[in-house]
Amino acid sequence: MEIIILILAGVLFATAIYNLLQKQLLRIIIGTVLLSHGAHLFILTMGKLKTGMAPVLTEGITDYTDPLPQALILTSIVISFGITALLLVLAYRTTQENKTDNMEELRGNPNE
Amino acid sequence: MPMLNIAIMIPFIAAAIIPFLYKKLSIHIGWIAFSVSMALFAYLLSFIPAVSYGETFLHTISWIPSYGIHFTAYLDGLSLILGLLITGVGSLVIFYSVFYLSSKESLGRFYTYLMLFMGAMLGVVMSDNMMVLYVFWELTSISSFLLIAFWYQRKGSRDGAKKSMLITVTGGIAMLIGFIMIYVMAGTWSIREVISIAGSFTEHNLFIPAMLLLLLGAFTKSAQFPFHIWLPDAMEAPTPVSAYLHSATMVKAGIYLVARFTPVYGGEGIWFWAVTGVGLFTLFWGAFHAVRQIDLKALLAYSTVSQLGMIMSMFGIGSAALYFDYSKESVIYTQATFAALFHLINHSTFKGLLFMVVGIVDHEVGTRDIRRLGGLITLMPVTFSIAMIGSFSMAGIPPFNGFLSKEMFFTAALTIGDAGFFSLDAWGALIPILAWVASIFTFVYSAIIVFKTFLGPYQEEKLERPAKEPPAGMLIAPGILAVLVVGIFFFPNVLGEYLINPAMSGVYPTLATTADIGVHVSRWHGFNMELWMTVGIIVLGTVLYLTKKYWSIVYTLFPAKWSFNTLYRFMLDQMEGRSTIVTNFYMNGYLRNYLVYIYSFFILAIGGTLIYTGAYKFEISGNAPITSFEWILVFVMICAVVSILFAKSRLTAIVLNSILGYGVAAFFVLFRAPDLALTQTVVETVTTVLFLVAYYFLPEWRKEDAPRKSRNINFIISILVGVVFTVVALAVQNGNLFDSISSYFENSYELAGGKNIVNSILGDFRAFDTMLEVIVLLIAGIGVFTFIKLKAKKEDESIEDQ
Repeated sequence: MEIIILILAGVLFATAIYNLLQKQLLRIIIGTVLLSHGAHLFILTMGKLKTGMAPVLTEGITDYTDPLPQALILTSIVISFGITALLLVLAYRTTQENKTDNMEELRGNPNE
Repeated sequence: MPMLNIAIMIPFIAAAIIPFLYKKLSIHIGWIAFSVSMALFAYLLSFIPAVSYGETFLHTISWIPSYGIHFTAYLDGLSLILGLLITGVGSLVIFYSVFYLSSKESLGRFYTYLMLFMGAMLGVVMSDNMMVLYVFWELTSISSFLLIAFWYQRKGSRDGAKKSMLITVTGGIAMLIGFIMIYVMAGTWSIREVISIAGSFTEHNLFIPAMLLLLLGAFTKSAQFPFHIWLPDAMEAPTPVSAYLHSATMVKAGIYLVARFTPVYGGEGIWFWAVTGVGLFTLFWGAFHAVRQIDLKALLAYSTVSQLGMIMSMFGIGSAALYFDYSKESVIYTQATFAALFHLINHSTFKGLLFMVVGIVDHEVGTRDIRRLGGLITLMPVTFSIAMIGSFSMAGIPPFNGFLSKEMFFTAALTIGDAGFFSLDAWGALIPILAWVASIFTFVYSAIIVFKTFLGPYQEEKLERPAKEPPAGMLIAPGILAVLVVGIFFFPNVLGEYLINPAMSGVYPTLATTADIGVHVSRWHGFNMELWMTVGIIVLGTVLYLTKKYWSIVYTLFPAKWSFNTLYRFMLDQMEGRSTIVTNFYMNGYLRNYLVYIYSFFILAIGGTLIYTGAYKFEISGNAPITSFEWILVFVMICAVVSILFAKSRLTAIVLNSILGYGVAAFFVLFRAPDLALTQTVVETVTTVLFLVAYYFLPEWRKEDAPRKSRNINFIISILVGVVFTVVALAVQNGNLFDSISSYFENSYELAGGKNIVNSILGDFRAFDTMLEVIVLLIAGIGVFTFIKLKAKKEDESIEDQ
């Protein structure tokens, strides 16, 4: 199981990087989202998959999946959501102000 | 009381006070500096009796004891000579400058810098700790920089200051590295202790590199070939500064360093050849180029370079004495060191004098150009007499002190020419010849100074002011030096016995204990080879001076642009130009390029480490089994993620993106992470909404239009990053070295009163993370709000654009 999840994470990474190397702002933001998906899957896999029940204490069950990576991922999801939201608004403002969303054209002005 | 340390600090204190007094005081501020300098001179004079009996003085103030760095003031004969020169010539120069500088100049600044320099210079010659020595060394560079650029309105001043700063500081840093190497070898920062164990680390690998770096520092400071180029440009400084720093004191710092470290390195062939060879060549080069100068100060600058080379080469010859243990031979070579110290003093007297004379001429007639000068002898007879004494002393003519040191120099050169060690038999004969030829040129330029300035036709129409004697105050300081020049010739043994012989034991601590190396002081006369060499110099020099216009064509053989200045400027331009090109090449402002660098580094560093360490092996035997449902989910996700790359519209891309988000949520369900699945679903929904809002405002999704080549690079880099990541992850996930600590959190009910372990971790065990994550969200929220609500006013923008 782990191997295919990690390959999936690898594919997510590769496409994320490819998107990050693009010019259009929206593609770059999608790249960051894909990157965080890949990272979350990676963290989860590192804590071993499917070794027990969901980490909610229940009578008669002693075997739980590792709760720590889940807590880490939960934190990470919220943070990456905050970043994504900010990036989207930033992209919106950048486009509004500069009349372009092409990174090749967004190079500051020479007097800076 | 560590009086010596206080003596070093007094000029710094004076430098701090002078700017305040300058505003308050009605008398000329120079008198304050003069009294400080005179007091120090008198204080140092009081050491002469004790030092001449071989006593040394040592006072330590702890500075950074944990690193063994102490502010240790050490006074022996060698330091005393330099100390007396610094304070003595310093007093005279300050006295002179009081009359030289007009009161319209910012005198407070001038004397502050000068005091700073004096303190730094005293620190250099009296420090025993190498680190502290280095600190003072750099302080002399800085204060010299400030003094050269005293008239900072002039471009020449700024350029000269920059050049001297670059060269001397480069050498200073090399010297620092040399000091650190010596510390590594000897285990102490104290020069005395290094000398006391000298010889015990000659086999160390750092021995020679430390020597060369040390010499680099000494050569740059003392303007040795090819680092002499800063000295002629430093002549943009006010003349008192040139007289003080660039003839009598600062340029002697490198020579002092060589003398100080002779006990450590003397007797080494490389040291001998480096110091003697560079010194001799500098002697020749400086003398040769001094003759062609038309500006008197430039001429004196080259002559300083030349004379410094002469002193340096004598120290080199003197170091040969340490090749032997005590014997008849070694005593012969110690004479060279005596000559070097003797000439060190003599040079300070006559060169300080000459600079002051040039300053007087410049001050009175408004030019230093020898083509416009001439015939001043009847108008300025006193100045002429002083100038003649200085010049003839420099040329090495009796009855002036330069004659004595020049004779001794020839003795040393002739002796070393006949020596049979250090492979001298091959090249040794060149040494006296080079020395002799250089001395002929010395004679010629010395004659130029006196005769071109004071004899010949008086050209009043070319002068700014008619010539007349300067105020008496300006003549006092050079007059005193002129008296010294003559006095030393008639009573050399006073100087020799009280000052130079004690200093010799500083250079030869091992020999001084076994032999009286000062006996030869009075043996300076007699008809011998040296005398005939001097006669030859006078005859040939006169001939060359009279026929100068016929042979000065030699200087045009090499065009003026073929100089080390050109090389220096070329190197600076090239360095600046090349680094601009390099920086512009990779810092081109395109985000994509920077990402390419970052990911390439990631691939090379991480991937390379994987291959290098062979860590890419992994096994999958312990993995959980895969059901068909999971196969399908993975397949769907891979399809979705790849399709994003080929999406025709942004709507498709956004929908595919949300498929991925929900797919991840589905995995969270499969892997028994209910809280994650819940959060992921909600967050993905909101994110999709946000994307759709942005979609409404953002420009149309464009087809990728990058050129094929960069598309290929992008493709390769992304694939490689993905592969490296997967391989690392696979290699890591089987390498569990320790059990998870998560069993601890399974006590969450007992410890935290919660049955949901994940929530207990978030809210209890590791609540700090959660708090900060909330803050992240808060800041992001504020950011979003600000971006949307606040807009810069149009007016402000237009101002910024201009």
